[in-house]
Amino acid sequence: MGPSSDTARVLASGETAHRTREFFLGEGVPETGTENLLVNIGPSHPAMHGIVRIVTELDGERVVKADVEIGYLHRAFEKECEIGPYNAAMPYTDRLNYVSPLINNFGFCGAVETLLGIEPTERCQYIRVIMSEISRICDHLTCVGASAMELGAFTVFLYMIKAREFLWEVVESVTGARLTISYGRVGGLKADLPPDFEAQMRRAFAETRTVLAESHKLLTGNRIFVDRMKGVGVLSRDEAIAYAVTGPLLRAAGVPFDVRRATPYLVYDRLDFEIPIGEAGDNYDRYLVRMAEMEQSMRIAEQALAQLPGGPINVDHEGRPFTAPAEYVDRGKLGKTERLLITDIRLSPNLAGQGRRQHVQVNAPDKRAVLPPKEATYGSIEGLMNHFMLIMDGFGIRPPAGEVYFPVEGANGELGFYVVSDGSDRPYRVRCRPPCLPPMAALHRMLEGGMVADIVPSFGSVNMIGGELDR
Amino acid sequence: MTPADLLARLAELAGSALRDGQVRLGHATALAERTALADLLRVCRDDAALRFDMLMDLTAVDYLTYPGREQAPRFEVVYHLYSVSHNHRLRVKVEVDEDDPVVPSAVPLWPIANWFEREVWDMFGIRFAGHPDLRRLLLYEEFVGHPLRKDYPVNRRQPLVGPRN
Repeated sequence: MGPSSDTARVLASGETAHRTREFFLGEGVPETGTENLLVNIGPSHPAMHGIVRIVTELDGERVVKADVEIGYLHRAFEKECEIGPYNAAMPYTDRLNYVSPLINNFGFCGAVETLLGIEPTERCQYIRVIMSEISRICDHLTCVGASAMELGAFTVFLYMIKAREFLWEVVESVTGARLTISYGRVGGLKADLPPDFEAQMRRAFAETRTVLAESHKLLTGNRIFVDRMKGVGVLSRDEAIAYAVTGPLLRAAGVPFDVRRATPYLVYDRLDFEIPIGEAGDNYDRYLVRMAEMEQSMRIAEQALAQLPGGPINVDHEGRPFTAPAEYVDRGKLGKTERLLITDIRLSPNLAGQGRRQHVQVNAPDKRAVLPPKEATYGSIEGLMNHFMLIMDGFGIRPPAGEVYFPVEGANGELGFYVVSDGSDRPYRVRCRPPCLPPMAALHRMLEGGMVADIVPSFGSVNMIGGELDR
Repeated sequence: MTPADLLARLAELAGSALRDGQVRLGHATALAERTALADLLRVCRDDAALRFDMLMDLTAVDYLTYPGREQAPRFEVVYHLYSVSHNHRLRVKVEVDEDDPVVPSAVPLWPIANWFEREVWDMFGIRFAGHPDLRRLLLYEEFVGHPLRKDYPVNRRQPLVGPRN
């Protein structure tokens, strides 16, 4: 008698067969009545975009209890910020919300600039607005597309990713990268806009508008989509406020709170836009709010582009346009730096948009915070010293001791940076208020009482971004 | 209300619970007495003129190596309050000693404090009295120490633990 026949005997016995049947039919253990089932969803699950674990207690298909566990993508962002100079934190902020990294950059810059008491140039502020809005559209496209895909609408996902691709090409031509852009600098920007930016942006927006119109037709009145989204994952107005939920989720519950309107930063107070709000606070309203916000974002970006002021155009000190820049460089190498400061130097293609002509347009004229243009660094002792003073260990950007909380409207809600300075060249403490942490803390309120199948769409509507949630 | 008005109103309501109030960089900051913190926060939330219905952020700062604060208590817990109905903001800070790092929990006032306080416990080792479930939020239970404390070395290695149920 081998082990296999043992198993066969056990399986054949009445009790086990009964238990097996109970188990498969979900009737629970005979004597005790039904029993709730504990199911782990995640941390790594094909239907979850992001690493998060939801420990659910199920009664049949109904969710009785959901415990959300986060932290799988913790990278010690706040600790890392403390060990380097201010601008060195910029690449880390890219990786907070990696779908709309530009907003994180500008939020951090804004906090440090407030501490320093400097204001970026007009052109810089407008560019920040334009790039923030493009990022916001990318973020909403990803969220809505992924939510639709989870309900089976794969076409919409592909359409939206296509539109995002066009926008990311614009981002790439401006910043040099698609995701890890590091475009912000304290007091300014890495580089000015490329010459053909306007045409590129208009083309990308036209594509996005086509995609949005198509998606509207595919989703907004779609019976399957509406049935799955309406009345699901509801978070009431009071509950959303108590859980400090901001952004599209709060607006879907009927609260017109938007940082761009409530405490305007950059030049948002000069731009005309509406704050779309919902009523029910369910997944469907969140979808509608996001769709409407994308249109508003394009409106903002177009207005900002129309108002975008040009900076001073560089001519030499006698008002003549530059000629033969290479000559100046050669003379500079021989130590003859006279008039070099006012000369355009042909920079490496990697430094496109960073020449002095563009530099003065987008950077605040503040030697405490902004690196001089490359011509000045390479061409004059003052520029070189200024560069050194900002780069050398122990020097750098040194805001006066103090603290500041600077909120911006991220794609998921209020993104706040709380920066404490002790007067040295490194931030004493950087705290990021992640916009998607409060909705994740409230996620169990959206799931409990609902069905298992609604977990994924509700979770999708939160638009959890692991990078900023776990930091 | 302007930041100065906010502080005046708070001083009127909270009395001795408010140790100090300042307006810096356009932002009102109130320094609260730790023993009376719960009352002060309740006043902030419930008073009709203040009505801070949203706890926007809760964090802490470790002032161990901050120049000029050698004698002051080591930690500060920082609350950023926002009023949706009145659109104003207030920062409330409370000093916490290293020997007795306990602050009354704000969970009864704002449920979001649950996760924020878990994160502060996780990162700073500050306890919140009355918190329903003070577990670590971002790190795992086997983690030793509290990494955002200034005396936690940035390159310290931690034990790797396998999956657990």
